[in-house]
Amino acid sequence: MLKIRNLASGYGKIKVLKNVSMHVDPGEIVTIIGANGAGKTTLLSTIAGLVKANSGEAEFRGTDILKLKAAAIPGLGCVMVPEGRQVFATMTVEENLLLGGHVLQKQGKAVIAELMEHQYELFPILRDRKDQLAGTLSGGEQQMLAMGRALMSKPSLVMMDEPSTGLAPLIVKEIFQIIVRLRDEGNTVLLVEQNARAALGIADRGYVLETGKIILQGPADDLLANQDVQRAYLGREKND
Amino acid sequence: MYWESEKECMDRSELEQLQLERLQSTLYRVGTHVPFYRQKFGELKIDYEGFSSLDDIRKLPFTTKQDLRDSYPYGLFAVPLREVVRVHSSSGTTGQATVVGYTRNDIKNWSNLVARILTAAGLTADDVIQIAFGYGLFTGGFGLHYGAERLGASVIPISAGNTKRQIQIMQDFKTTALVCTPSYALNIADVLFDMGINAAGLSLKFGLFGAEPWSEAMRQEINEKLGIRATDNYGLSEVMGPGVAGECSECNGLHINEDHFLVEILDPETLEPVEPGEVGELVITTLTKEAFPMIRYRTRDLTRFLPEPCPCGRTFKRMHRILGRTDDMLIIKGVNVFPTQIESVLFNIDGTEPHYRIIVERENHQDRATVLVEVKESLFSDQMSQQRELIDIIRKQLSSELGIGVAVKLVEERTLERFEGKGQRVIDKRKI
Repeated sequence: MLKIRNLASGYGKIKVLKNVSMHVDPGEIVTIIGANGAGKTTLLSTIAGLVKANSGEAEFRGTDILKLKAAAIPGLGCVMVPEGRQVFATMTVEENLLLGGHVLQKQGKAVIAELMEHQYELFPILRDRKDQLAGTLSGGEQQMLAMGRALMSKPSLVMMDEPSTGLAPLIVKEIFQIIVRLRDEGNTVLLVEQNARAALGIADRGYVLETGKIILQGPADDLLANQDVQRAYLGREKND
Repeated sequence: MYWESEKECMDRSELEQLQLERLQSTLYRVGTHVPFYRQKFGELKIDYEGFSSLDDIRKLPFTTKQDLRDSYPYGLFAVPLREVVRVHSSSGTTGQATVVGYTRNDIKNWSNLVARILTAAGLTADDVIQIAFGYGLFTGGFGLHYGAERLGASVIPISAGNTKRQIQIMQDFKTTALVCTPSYALNIADVLFDMGINAAGLSLKFGLFGAEPWSEAMRQEINEKLGIRATDNYGLSEVMGPGVAGECSECNGLHINEDHFLVEILDPETLEPVEPGEVGELVITTLTKEAFPMIRYRTRDLTRFLPEPCPCGRTFKRMHRILGRTDDMLIIKGVNVFPTQIESVLFNIDGTEPHYRIIVERENHQDRATVLVEVKESLFSDQMSQQRELIDIIRKQLSSELGIGVAVKLVEERTLERFEGKGQRVIDKRKI
């Protein structure tokens, strides 16, 4: 679905990503873990067209996406749930969702209504809050709204940037359960997370990003068992 | 039947993507964690961080057996020893021993790859597998053992040797698959015959043989004598152990587990890639090993790629059974000679046994090769003229196959030493 080879990007003179190669197959949850500043968000932003790549290749369902403008990418089925939610605070929950579905507007009201119904099933709390202003929602509810808004465009790939940030452990658990459900319903998820344990716990595969380079990759179970990962990202040091 | 069809039947472009990802992260790790590679890459000014295609691997230096010896015991490990859960060591028959290590993930991957090869050979969880490879420091026994357990088969860890007991257990435990070296399989067949046991009465169906070069004719002989389907498998402790490559039930060459190993076939002299399908030295780079990653390890094993797709549906590249070793290759009178060539000639001559020795001597600066061949006992009680005729046939066929004249001597059945592990059939007396 998504295939990246030797991607390099950054901001002006600052080179963040160096020669990153990775891929996402349909129906998988793939996670990118790494410390603060490793380049995780830069990677997602480059895929989303928000940061310009310096070199390399990125193909999304056969289309070279590095040459496209950011606005054209969601239309291909690749959407991002940004870090810190970024819901439209002064709009209602329902209006936020409708905005997410704007790329499908041509398909008619019935399609939009059906999608809206599906999001309410997935996130029942949003139905209860549908007329409330998004800014009045709790952090966890806003995260759910951001996810629902992204799913309104029926994407083939959902990229999530740090969905656990600033949320209570119980809410994180709920969010992650929903991600698993999304995968089980046939969606494909690229999940960027600092919470490596939670992310690897639900992912099929993972990549470890360190100073802009992928130093490890493999099945999520293997990464959980890898001692470098345990030491650096799971905060577990074997007793000496 | 596949163990992991999503890997074994992978689309070629997806496989190459995976190989590139794994190569890049392997290089980052060895370039920082293994002083040997860090130093070597530094000296050669190799910008491995800029590698963007699988072909870039050709810019990397080779790793040789001598490098492993020089790093004895733990010098090439990429992780601290406390992350290593298993250590194996080469026998050291051809020099100082070498040591390799495995993390928990390495053992998991190894078991999985061996399970793939067992499945490809036709085995299932219903099989009873008698592992007659040596256990201990040699990777053969434990490698196959863990893979067979992963498959879910019933494993008999009998180890090598004590042939009569092997046969006893084979009968009593209803062994369905035998794992050992091909020469030991023949040895077992001989002892079965001596004991007056008909192989058809055994439950044996499969044989997975490896650890030494053998020929197609030897396979036929084993299949007939033991009433099994023998498949070849390949591996070496320096890159993992058994599980690197193995034959499927088509018995037409070994599928290489390319998602874990990047293989090249190079001219051993120029170290450039051979033409597609030509014979050369197999060079292997590991793509997933954690404890003991190897970059461009020169195996000294000679083989060639088999470009035609396999009817089994696996997309991994196939290689021909090992044709010989670069260091086994004899240069007699300036001509390259491989013991396996002699073996295939002998197999096609009636009256000879698949056991032989090649003795190479130098007299007055002239090379002289003598091939000792075992023949059926009956021949010795017969007329001398028949013996002479046979010698003549063997000599002519060997000369035409090898391109040099060799002397042939017949010896009685069972006079040449049998091997339980790897066979040593060449006696080169020219060495200093």
